[in-house]
Order: sequence, then structure tokens, then C-alpha cells
Amino acid sequence: MHRGKGMKFVGDSRVPAERKPNIPKDYSEYPGKTEAFWPNFLLKEWMVGAVFLVGYLILTVAHYAPLERVADPTDAGYIPLPDWYFLFLYQLLKYEFAAGDYTVIGAVVIPGIAFGALLLATWLDRGPERRPIKRPIASSLMLLAVASIFWLTWESVSQHDWEAAAQQGAIVEEIDINTEHIGYEIWLTQGSCIGCHGDNMAGIPGVGPAVFESDYTKEEIIELVNQGIGEMPGGLFTGTEEELEILADFIAADGNPE
Amino acid sequence: MLNKLYNWVDERLDITPMWRDIADHEVPEHVNPAHHFSAFVYCFGGLTFFITVIQILSGMFLTMYYVPDIINAYQSVYYLQNEVTFGVIVRGMHHWGASLVIVMMFLHTLRVFFTGSYKKPRELNWVVGVLIFFVMLGLGFTGYLLPWDMKAYFATVVGLQIAEAAPIIGPFAKTLLAGGEIIGAQTLTRFFAIHVFFLPGALLGLLGAHFVMIRKQGISGPL
Repeated sequence: MHRGKGMKFVGDSRVPAERKPNIPKDYSEYPGKTEAFWPNFLLKEWMVGAVFLVGYLILTVAHYAPLERVADPTDAGYIPLPDWYFLFLYQLLKYEFAAGDYTVIGAVVIPGIAFGALLLATWLDRGPERRPIKRPIASSLMLLAVASIFWLTWESVSQHDWEAAAQQGAIVEEIDINTEHIGYEIWLTQGSCIGCHGDNMAGIPGVGPAVFESDYTKEEIIELVNQGIGEMPGGLFTGTEEELEILADFIAADGNPE
Repeated sequence: MLNKLYNWVDERLDITPMWRDIADHEVPEHVNPAHHFSAFVYCFGGLTFFITVIQILSGMFLTMYYVPDIINAYQSVYYLQNEVTFGVIVRGMHHWGASLVIVMMFLHTLRVFFTGSYKKPRELNWVVGVLIFFVMLGLGFTGYLLPWDMKAYFATVVGLQIAEAAPIIGPFAKTLLAGGEIIGAQTLTRFFAIHVFFLPGALLGLLGAHFVMIRKQGISGPL
């Protein structure tokens, strides 16, 4: 670099007037098959990135980002679940030694030691050896940590009731029903129906679906009510047969009979 | 034409050394998958950065529609997901990117660990890398609440309960994050601010330090 006397600048600025040649460095004397990052390696990297991006986009269009119903803080029965990469920490809190009176152990002590050791790993493993086989303590502790993370995540996933989770979070469509109709009045007298399907007939998340969910005919509905279906027992209707017919009509017409 | 424009700017600002400092560095044989396929393990850090860039870009587009208050947050995400052109793609990329970045960062951490690359003289870069890991987990935790659906809300409730379990600082940390006693309107705006301003700011600073240190020291040598 040119210094001191004789330097020329652009105008009154501090930019030197003398241009440096715009040529890449020469790596021919570097060991092995050393390559220039710019532009040789970057082009290859770019191609790998493009392939990766295609896979990423396919994932995006094949599986839409999930969205459950709007948050309802009063719904105390909801089974919570953090995003998958926190599952191992969450699962830890389910074990006896790390929950209840010992929550501090599961929430702070164990993760604190693990992440603290990760942060300070470079001072815990100070030897000059780099090969994993030559530093067995560090390597085996890391393998143990990775295995624990995988195992805890696995346990958490297998213990979670995914069907109930999908149901409890499902977006419930608002159903506009004719509440003036006599069919709805009959519905309001049927406590056992309301218990699972809700007083608005729209279902109760995690308990029962909306009564309009499947498109049954009037006759099918009467039979379902009398015989039961799936988890729903039959014969719980307490009114007359005529009332059941009116109600079945009301349900078959999606809550809006003519 | 372009060349003339470049020379015109270069004459005044001497930009050649600036970009050549960034562009010119060597890729040693042992990290180049073109020469040794097993060297693909050295790609995880770059892929982490690639996804981080996508996260920043897709996140910027998401904030064009997202409204961080408890009345409109869910509606705005619902609208974005179902009505906005390509909204489902942009939100999908941000959603899946959040998972992919954790996966790539995890693999990158393991690569650095098992090649012993975190040893002297690279101690500081390891520490900065682990801090980046923590910031990313923080971004995942705060971003999870923003759609304000059932899953988001109750995961945050549980997360803050766990934070509260910590002795002495626990209740303080919980109040700081939740913005009060209840998890509600204050929590959402606070998580939004943390997710789009505080943590990305910290992340960019740490990433800058990470890259400057790599360039200064070079990639660790072959085993």
C-alpha cells in the first residue's frame, strides 16, 4: 500500500486516485484443490441452494401452515403442545423427578446444565485433539445428549393424543340456524343432546361434532337418534315420536327448514 | 455501460476493495463437496444462513398483513392464509423455515462439535454460535404465539409457566415477557416486538460477528 508523500486523492476526498486492479486472488499455491469462493464455488453453492429451495417450496405447498381456531383463554380443557423442537424440554417435565415439587430440576437445572455445558463446551474440552474418537468423554456426552433429545421427542410425540388435538383445535364454522323454529325449541329440551353437541348445535370441541357435520336424511337421523352411532348411545331422546320427526327435519335442513 | 457506471462510482468511493474483501476467500479442498462428497456436512451452516435470509424476507412480507392485537391478529392471519394471493405460500415458507432453520442449525452445531472446530483459537466463535442458537429458539417461541390460535395461546401459557418455575428470577421473567399478570393483549404485542425487533436485531449482530470471525480465522483445517 502506498503511504505518505506523493499520494494523490480524488478531489478533496480521502479516496486514493490510484485504482487497484480488480482481479481475483491467485490460489494456485494453496494446498490441495483449493478453489476461489468467488465466483467458482459460489455458483456451485447457488445450484445446491436452488435444489434445496425447490424441496422447501414443495413442502410449503404440500403441507399448508396449520391454523387452529381463534385463541379462547377460557377453554381450560385444551391439551397444550409446544412446537416440535421444544418437545424434549416439555417431555422432561412429565417425569416424576422433574415435575411437581421437583419442577425446578426439570425446568431449570437439567436444561441449564445441558445448555450451559454447550455454551462453554470449548473450555470443558480443552485438549488439542480434534478427532471425536480421540476425545471420548466429550464425544460420548454429546452423543448421550443427542440421544436423549431424540428419545424425549419421540416419547412426547407418541404420548400425545393427535386425534383429540386435531379436534380440539379445529376451526368451528359458525352455523346460522333458525332459533325461532319449533325444531330448535325441541332441541333445547334435550339435555343429553346438548351435553355433547352444544346448545347451538355446532358441537363442542373435543366432545362432540356439529349435528350438521354429515349430510343425513331425515329418516337416517331418526334412526341414528334411536340406535346410536359410534360413541353416541341411542334412545336418549325424551320427547314424543312426532317431536323427534320435527327435530330430524330441522337437522336435515341444516337448521333452516322452510 | 454498466462498466462505465461501476468505474464512475469506483472512482469516487473506491468500492472495489470493499466487495473484494467479502468475495475473495479460498474454499479448501476438505470442505468442498465437489471433491469429497462427505464434505456436505460443511454445508449446514450456509443452509442455516440461507433459510435465515428467507425467514427475514418472508417475515417482512407477513408484517404487511399481520396486525399484532388480540382482536385482529387471528383474523389477519386467517385472511392472509385464505384470501391473500400467495399468502399461503409466504406464511408456509415462514412456518416451515422456522423448523428447517432449527434442523440445519442443529446439524451445523453437531458438525462443528464432532470436527472439534470449536477449539482454540475459535472459542469465541463457538460461544457466539451457541448464542445464535438461543436467539433462534427465542424467535421460535415468540413467533409461535403470533397467529393467536388455540395452539399458540396455550403453548405460550405453558412456556411462561415453565419460565415462572425458575427460582428468584422466574416470576420476574414471566412478568417481563407476559407484560403483566395475565397472558393477553400485552403479551401479544410484547412477543411481536421481541419477535420482529429485539431478537432479529440481536441475531443480525451475532451473525455479523460469526462471519467476521470466520473470515478472520478461516475454516478449521482437515482432521
